[in-house]
Amino acid sequence: MHSILSRFDLTKNIVYIAFVVAIIFFYLVIGDKFLSTTNILNITRQTAMISIMAVSMTFVIATGQIDLSIGSVAALASLIVALMLEATDSILLSVGVGLGFGILTGALNGVLITALGVPSFLVTLGMMGIIKGLAMWITATSAIPIRNNGYNTIFGLGTVFGIPILFVWTLVALAVGLFVMNYTTFGKKALAVGGNEVAARYSGVNVTAIKIIAMTMSGFTAAFAGILYSGRMQAGRFTFGEGDELTVIAAVILGGTSLFGGTANVFGSVVGSLLIGIINNGLILGGLTVSQQMMVRGAIVILATALGTRGFRFLRKGPKG
Amino acid sequence: MGHPTDIQPVLQLEAVSKSFGGVKALHDMHFDLRPGEVHALVGGNGAGKSTLMKIISGVYQRDSGTIRISGDVKTIQTPNDAMENGIRMVFQELSLIPTLTVMENIFLNHEDVKWGFVLNKKAMLERTEELLADLGIDLDPDQKVSSLSVGYCQLVEIAKALSVRASILIMDEPTASLTASETELLFNIIRLLKAKGVSVIYISHRMKEIFEIADRITVLKDGRWALTEKKEDLDLERVIDSMIGKAVEKAFEWKDRATQISDEPILEVRGLTQDDIVRDVSFDLKKGEVLGIAGLMGSGRTELLEALFGLRSMSAGSIRIHGKDTKISGISDALANKIALVPEDRRRSGLIAIHSVRDNATLPTLSRWSKFGVLDGTRIAGIVGANIKDLRIKTDSADRLVSLLSGGNQQKVVLAKWLNTSPDILLLDEPTAGVDISSKGEIIDFIRTFVSSGKSVILVSSEITELLAVSDRILVLAEGRITRELMREAIKSEEEVQLAIQK
Repeated sequence: MHSILSRFDLTKNIVYIAFVVAIIFFYLVIGDKFLSTTNILNITRQTAMISIMAVSMTFVIATGQIDLSIGSVAALASLIVALMLEATDSILLSVGVGLGFGILTGALNGVLITALGVPSFLVTLGMMGIIKGLAMWITATSAIPIRNNGYNTIFGLGTVFGIPILFVWTLVALAVGLFVMNYTTFGKKALAVGGNEVAARYSGVNVTAIKIIAMTMSGFTAAFAGILYSGRMQAGRFTFGEGDELTVIAAVILGGTSLFGGTANVFGSVVGSLLIGIINNGLILGGLTVSQQMMVRGAIVILATALGTRGFRFLRKGPKG
Repeated sequence: MGHPTDIQPVLQLEAVSKSFGGVKALHDMHFDLRPGEVHALVGGNGAGKSTLMKIISGVYQRDSGTIRISGDVKTIQTPNDAMENGIRMVFQELSLIPTLTVMENIFLNHEDVKWGFVLNKKAMLERTEELLADLGIDLDPDQKVSSLSVGYCQLVEIAKALSVRASILIMDEPTASLTASETELLFNIIRLLKAKGVSVIYISHRMKEIFEIADRITVLKDGRWALTEKKEDLDLERVIDSMIGKAVEKAFEWKDRATQISDEPILEVRGLTQDDIVRDVSFDLKKGEVLGIAGLMGSGRTELLEALFGLRSMSAGSIRIHGKDTKISGISDALANKIALVPEDRRRSGLIAIHSVRDNATLPTLSRWSKFGVLDGTRIAGIVGANIKDLRIKTDSADRLVSLLSGGNQQKVVLAKWLNTSPDILLLDEPTAGVDISSKGEIIDFIRTFVSSGKSVILVSSEITELLAVSDRILVLAEGRITRELMREAIKSEEEVQLAIQK
């Protein structure tokens, strides 16, 4: 018992504690309604896109980069797929083109970052604007409805043994992310690049390739999230994914991945995303207004990340230890 | 008020001692600095020079002993205390902020302001121009530091140190990265400072410079005072003699090879040139040989190894490996040709401090322990377990973060990492820097075992004892050129190698 406690690293696992505390807290305040099956399944649907993007963002942040373009990539991907479905009615072709767009954008981000030596923050900030503009321009800001029921079932509304398909997709992304991070050479190299780029280069790691692959993964999952938005809403729309980049980054950091690179917790990122979803859901059920929700959510993110990076030290008074 | 017959020293240390976790770094040290004097401090690595300087500049606090400034006993607890007493240190690792201008750097943290908060640019500009003119440095105060050469940065650093009242200036290896003309400029500045009554403590490994600029020389050895004399009463042989001492650790004695070195060269280097840093270097490395490279910091020794490892592109020259012309234009080429490099600065380029022993030891060889990119955890555990055992890495598990290991054990992890690539040619750059004495012995022993299997080592080291312990041959490098080749049997003493380096 003692050894388990002493080995428990608070800074890395704060997200699990916060997760349990949030559930207990909202249950006490809101009651059975909060823990009802409908509500829980609802939370898993609402958080799926954030969770899936958080898996890739974990790799991006682990390599010491950031990707701000994911929200707008999701938006344009939803429109591309909607337009393709309208034109061809082929699910395979439409999804392929949508994902291809995400892969290309992510790879372009990676190439610009490594070839020009411009920080990823700026490259993807610029890309966010370009893609968002493109998404608004392509349909003159109007939404494109999707009438393909098969598509809407697979990518939004369906269930598998009663579990929402969106949550199934989340689990698939989580499993792939966990495997790649912990059991492949790419995962180890990605961590090495973020942990000490010079030492990684001296060790023969192709730093450029690793960075480009991580950004490409992020573009891919952003486009996939856009597809899930469009399936759930049965339409493509330029507003999908708005502001998601910051929510995703918050989920990853809450999950125990260091913003400075070199460490990663894929599982934590998904739990972080669920935690944010629970907080959003609880605050709405609790009857808080939108403005109140925003303030409480902001405060919780700051508190949780402070606990995650500093442990409980910042609460302790007296001489520094 | 001091002794009437003597000149009052500006700084006087009596019986100063300091230990770190039970290890004595400084025993009973005494030292005095006279007004307007350049006092050189010499000694091997770990002799206690930097500990002494850090005590004087307030970074460390002494355990016992007294420090007097102009005859008065003072306690120097913090760098600020030292500054208030007129002590300024010119940092070895530059402390300038590259994105700020020369003027902004000089006045950083003691800016000239009007009305309490508005920068008085005009006054600062005038003061900077005056300061630079005084020192004979030709620089635009508004120039960004990032656009200056390392040498000029050093000069700005000195100007910064002198921008507040300074009576004692400490310089730690100030010429390590300077060109000959910049060094001359620096010496003119030091002479100017002397004339103004500023005292300088000058730390260097370069004897030629010390004999040129210093008035007195103090030698430290193993944390103790060894000698203080006027320059005129000393010669190079005596200084080196007192630095080295008589007792040589057993691990550092030469041991005859278990196997003969073959005549067959594994590596032939011809006319290797790397910009102006390595010039026309040619040598052969035989199978089973340890080739030592001796030279001062900045002699091109690190750059030579980095060029062989593909980290720097050669501007001229050719390389043959196993008798075949080979081009090494990147690290992947070096690894394919079974060359490995243990770099000089393990924290910067050797290790990922926040990662585990396992992850560090397997980083260059991940593809070897995997199938289709999927890692074989069992094999990796076996390899790292063997590394820990073979190299006697002291760690409770392979999961331990390397940042938590001692310097010696960290270095063994770096060795393990490169051994796992099964190299034929191992390039070692200062492999025992910042390593405790027992790990040093183990690393030396490791080199002996490694070459006994017919593999070869190029060893760069500033510790001559270490070079003599294992090298079959020593090349002396100065200003990028090979100036001497010494066969081990022909080397009579450590002094001989030291003298060759200092020429």
